[in-house]
Order: sequence, then structure tokens, then C-alpha cells
Amino acid sequence: MKKHTLSVTVENRPGVLTRVVTLFRRRAYNIDSLTVGATEDSSVSRITIVVSGDDKVMEQVTKQLYKLVDVIKIVDITEERFVDRELVLIKVKADNNVRAEIVQIVDIFRGRIVDIGPNTLIIEATGDSGKIDAIEDSLRPFGILELVRTGKVAMVRGCKQ
Amino acid sequence: MILKGAEILLKCLEEEGVDTVFGYPGGQILPVYDALYQQTKIKHILTRHEQGAVHAAEGYARASGRVGVCISTSGPGATNLVTGIADAYMDSIPIVALTGQVGTSLIGRDAFQEADITGITLPITKHNYLIERTEDVARIVREAFYIARTNRPGPVVIDLPKDVMEKAIEYQAPSEDINIRGYRVMNGFNAGQVISAVDLINKAERPVIYAGGGVISSEASLALRELAETRKIPVTTTLMGMGGFPSDNYLSLGMLGMHGTRYANYAIGECDLLIAVGVRFDDRVTGKIDTFAPHARVIHIDIDAAEIGKNVAVNVPIVGQVREILEAINKRLEPVEAMSEWHTTIDRWKEEFPMRYGATCSGRIPPQHIIEKVSDLTRGEAIITTEVGQNQMWTAQFYQFKHPRTFISSGGLGTMGFGFPAAIGAKMAFPDRPVIDIAGDGSIQMNIQELGTAVQYKLPIIICILNNHFLGMVRQWQSLFYEGRYSFTDISHQPDFVKLAEAYGAYGRRIKDINEVDEALREALTITDRPVILDFWVEREANVYPMVPPGGSIINMLEGD
Repeated sequence: MKKHTLSVTVENRPGVLTRVVTLFRRRAYNIDSLTVGATEDSSVSRITIVVSGDDKVMEQVTKQLYKLVDVIKIVDITEERFVDRELVLIKVKADNNVRAEIVQIVDIFRGRIVDIGPNTLIIEATGDSGKIDAIEDSLRPFGILELVRTGKVAMVRGCKQ
Repeated sequence: MILKGAEILLKCLEEEGVDTVFGYPGGQILPVYDALYQQTKIKHILTRHEQGAVHAAEGYARASGRVGVCISTSGPGATNLVTGIADAYMDSIPIVALTGQVGTSLIGRDAFQEADITGITLPITKHNYLIERTEDVARIVREAFYIARTNRPGPVVIDLPKDVMEKAIEYQAPSEDINIRGYRVMNGFNAGQVISAVDLINKAERPVIYAGGGVISSEASLALRELAETRKIPVTTTLMGMGGFPSDNYLSLGMLGMHGTRYANYAIGECDLLIAVGVRFDDRVTGKIDTFAPHARVIHIDIDAAEIGKNVAVNVPIVGQVREILEAINKRLEPVEAMSEWHTTIDRWKEEFPMRYGATCSGRIPPQHIIEKVSDLTRGEAIITTEVGQNQMWTAQFYQFKHPRTFISSGGLGTMGFGFPAAIGAKMAFPDRPVIDIAGDGSIQMNIQELGTAVQYKLPIIICILNNHFLGMVRQWQSLFYEGRYSFTDISHQPDFVKLAEAYGAYGRRIKDINEVDEALREALTITDRPVILDFWVEREANVYPMVPPGGSIINMLEGD
């Protein structure tokens, strides 16, 4: 099933995220990732939802979302040219024998080491989901102790008229 | 003008044209009740349970088309409204439910009688509000009514913290325009789609109209009738659409679906064009979905875009107000005069498979006979409410409805205990029209306490209990699909309904003889100052037929003896 990225503009009010998430739960649509944050307008928030589904499911998701009074606009940006980014923090086992190797991998992905413990490193990286998957795969052999991904934020390129 | 939050609330209700509210007081809603006490414009009906209040608000809304209003206190008062709110949501009924709430400083601290009612009702409301500032009361009340009654109607909850209602502020009437960024009232429709629809209608040889609750809520029954009569198109209605097309019209096929008429279901099976108007292709209508209208192109007209393509694929979708769209279609239709082969086929089905029922061998009254008598004596002009189960299906099958908003029933949610409080609401909207609740002995016991309400306000509602001493519909399924294991459906242990009526100050009468039915109903219709319970002892194991077994194709119907 195809993954779709929906950029949903909503009223910046308490409970709005709950309304959106409740709708997905109740209609049994599956959320791959969801991020929410402020926008240039303090009265609105943007929710970026990645959801898997065929065209029929996506049509229902969109129509049902539009029925929420607090939802202002929905754009399926999957087919648009857009920039998307995720941030990941990975705590990986790193004793002296492998530390140099890990630093090299982090460099290749243009990540950063943000904490050094006696036997661990915390690595920060941003990029599209493919890159984040790749860095995760590359570090897995060393032993990933903890991992947290933010989910995707996205923005359409250029200026659309 | 300095006004308290509660006074602003009532002022706004008045401006919305609210003349009657149904409610039950309690601690956190006291400020609103204090304000109600000091005014005379809004009539408050005190029910005996909050569930009675919300169903009464629904009954008022369903009968009148106006927004129904109910009031409860916080916590258990609010949660007692939940079933009715869900009921209104499923049937797209415009109500506004006002719930008390603990003061804003106590919210989230598990205060006495605190419940997160906006959280609880999130998936069963069109929208809901928790008012945090007295300054927002007027705007929110106006928005709530606007949202409840426009587009696809539905319930809106407003949660009212006690301090927000107590606080007095300088009140300024809000500006005229309601502006909700994420909510636009649907205006107009796609004219090109109307032309495509007209084209299909003019070419169809075996068309059928499948009409639902959208015809009622959009006040589209005249337009529907014009469409049907201009093109001589047979019409079948859903449970929610009953009354949207007169049952005595020569084009009427009655109800379709699980307990529909055979000829309606056969017509769906054979039609080459299905004109679906204000419907949502519910599973009780379609049966096995891929065998529903298998040869038909489908025109689907509905106010809610999300209903298009939700359950079936559609050839010509038209989104907008049902009445406006039907009127636009009607303007372009080529009238037909002659009846066709299609009508001959349908007439043959009607002759071969009429709605019928047999005499009972027990000597107890056939329940269908009572509905037919009620229909005859009221000439199809009464407002009929029902409970849920066999009583509801027999009413849909055997009462000859003529007008929209005269059949008031819990369709989507199927709420037992709905009918009697809904009758109270309908009677408040139309005090001069006969209002009759067709009940079962199970359902009526779920909100029997509202007899107190009906007696207090001298409401001459007639409750016809079809008393089979069973939870009849569940027993029917146990009989047909669970080899007769009547697990907990025998409710022979029941009160004496006649004495019960008398204890409340209502009139009660038991009828065991079929020859007494007519006279008992006539007598009940003459009573004008109190409710009446007619306890009809009916055949214990009568089943509702015909019946499509669950999950089956609607052209394969079970028939009784």
C-alpha cells in the first residue's frame, strides 16, 4: 500500500490533535507517523500525517478529516515536489574498539554526536525517511540501545499559484 | 448590560428560537437553573432521567425540524446523555446538549461529579465545546446551533463550567456573521452532475429511487414526489426515510432491506438505475453489499461528501442539499405518461408477495393487527414513535405513513427506551396532534420513569405495548439462528403495566382479546389530559417477516408460515 503524506492545517486549540487521532482510531486508518507543531500563524497548527492506504482509503480519510470543524485545510503532498525531514536520536553501544568506525558512519550521513558516555554515543541525524532508515541500519550491528524518531515534517517546494 | 454567563446562555437560546428545553438539574448546573427560574420565555420540561431529556430533545427535533435542546448537570448527569447523543449522531438529528461542569480551577482534578464529557463525546458529536471564558458564551452558543442544524445535521455538546456560568460581564451581542474557518455551509452543487443524472434517468428502463433520512432533514419530500411521478419511478424508503414518500402512492414500494417488502428488494435486485437520495447504504439496507443492485448504475445524492463511495461505488455522485438538487433535476426531466413493463413486473411481485401475517394459533392478538388498527384509526396522520426491535419493524411495515416527520424512530443506533421520551418531545412540538409510541414490553421498561413527566405536564401520549413477554427481536434471532436457545430473552417476570400506569396517575388498560383492540384505541384517542398505556397481550412468538438473514443477499428472504 502506498504511503501518503498529508499536510493538515488545524485550529491551534486544546483538543484538536485528539479529534484528529480519534478519527483515525475510530475509522481504523493506520497512522505511520504524525507530527504537530506551530506555523507562521499562531492561531493555526500544522499536523503532518503519514498514512498508508489505497486511493479509496485516502479519499475517505480526507473527507472525514474535513468534517472536523477544527480542520481548516488538507493537502495530500505525496505527488507534489516537497522537502521532508525527520530527526532521529540514536543511543548506540560504543566501546573504544568501534568508536572510530561509528564516528566515520556518522560523518557519512552528516549526523552529529551529541553525547559521549563511557560505553555509549548518542547520535543525532536529520534527513528524509530513507536516510534515517539507512543510518539506523548502519548502526544496528553495533547495538542500538535506544532510538527515537520525530516523524516527518514536510513542506511543498517553491511557490504554488 | 451586565449579565451572568447563565443569563447570556438563555438569551442566546431565545435568539435561536428555542421555546422548550428538556432537562434535569444538579449541583454544577445550578446557575443555569437559577436563571431559568427567573425567566418565562423558555419552557423547561423536567424529565425523570437525563436519558429521557436527551431523547425528548431528539423527538422534538425529529418532529419539528428545529434544534432540540437538553440540559444536564456534570458527571453522571452528562454521561446519562451519552446514549442519546450517540443516537442523534447516527441519525443526523440536530440537538444541542448543555452539560454542567465543575469550575475551571477544578477541571482535571477528579473533582466531585467531574467527567470529561467533551472527551467522552468526541467521536459521537458533530462538534463539541468546553467554554472556558464567560466572554465566549454567546459566540459558542451561536456556533453550536449553526453547526447542529446546517449541512448534515448532528448533535453538539456545550460543556459549561460553573464559574463560567456564574461570572457576570458586560454583555455585547456578537456580530451577525458566524465565521468558522473550518466549517462552510454547503451551497449549490455541481450542475454538470445534475445533467449526467438527468441523462441517466431519462434513459433508464428499470429505475428505482432509494430514499432515506436526508429527504426528511432536507425537507425534500415534495421534490422527491415530483421526481417519482414525472418519470413514474417506483420509490422505496429506508427506515429513516419513512414518511418521506406517501405509502399509499401507487409508486410506493414500502421499506427495503432486512425487513423490507419483497417487492422493494426484488426491484433493487432487478433495477438498471438506482437513484439513492439522502442515504448511506447501511448494512441493514444493503445486506451482502456486492449483490446489492447488481445491474444498476448508481446516482447518489447526499449532503455529506464522505458518504459518497463509502460503501458502494457510484456512477454519478452529487453533493449538496437534497431538495435543491432534486428540484434542479426535476426541471430537466422529460415526463412519461405510460406505465411500462417494469411497472407490470413490480405489480406482479406486489400481488404475489404482499405484506401479510397469519392468524395466531394461541388466540393471542397478532401484533401486526394492532399497528394496522392504529394506522386506520389515525388515518396515517398521527406522529408515531417506536422503541426498538419487533415493535419498530412492524410499525414500519404496517403503518401507512403519509407525511415526513411523522415516523420517529432510532434508526442507526437502535436505542431501546427511545420511543417514549421521544414521544414527549414530539408532543411538546405538536401539542394538538395525536402522538403514539409503539413499544415492546422490554423497551418500555427502559425509560418507564418518564410516565412521571408525561403525567406532570398532562401529555396525552398513547403507549401501545405489544406485550409478548419476550425481548422479541433477540428471541427471533435465537429462534432462527441459535437453534431456539432463548438465552435471557424471556421477560415474563414483569410489572402489571395497568397498575403501573395508575400508580403514576396515567390511564392503563390491558387488552387480550382481538375484538377489543379497536374500541380500546378509540377510547385512548379520546383522552386528553394524561398519558395512556394500552397493554396489548400479543402472540408470544410472532416473528417479523420477510427477513433477509444477516450477511445475505437482499433478494433471498425468509418467510414465515
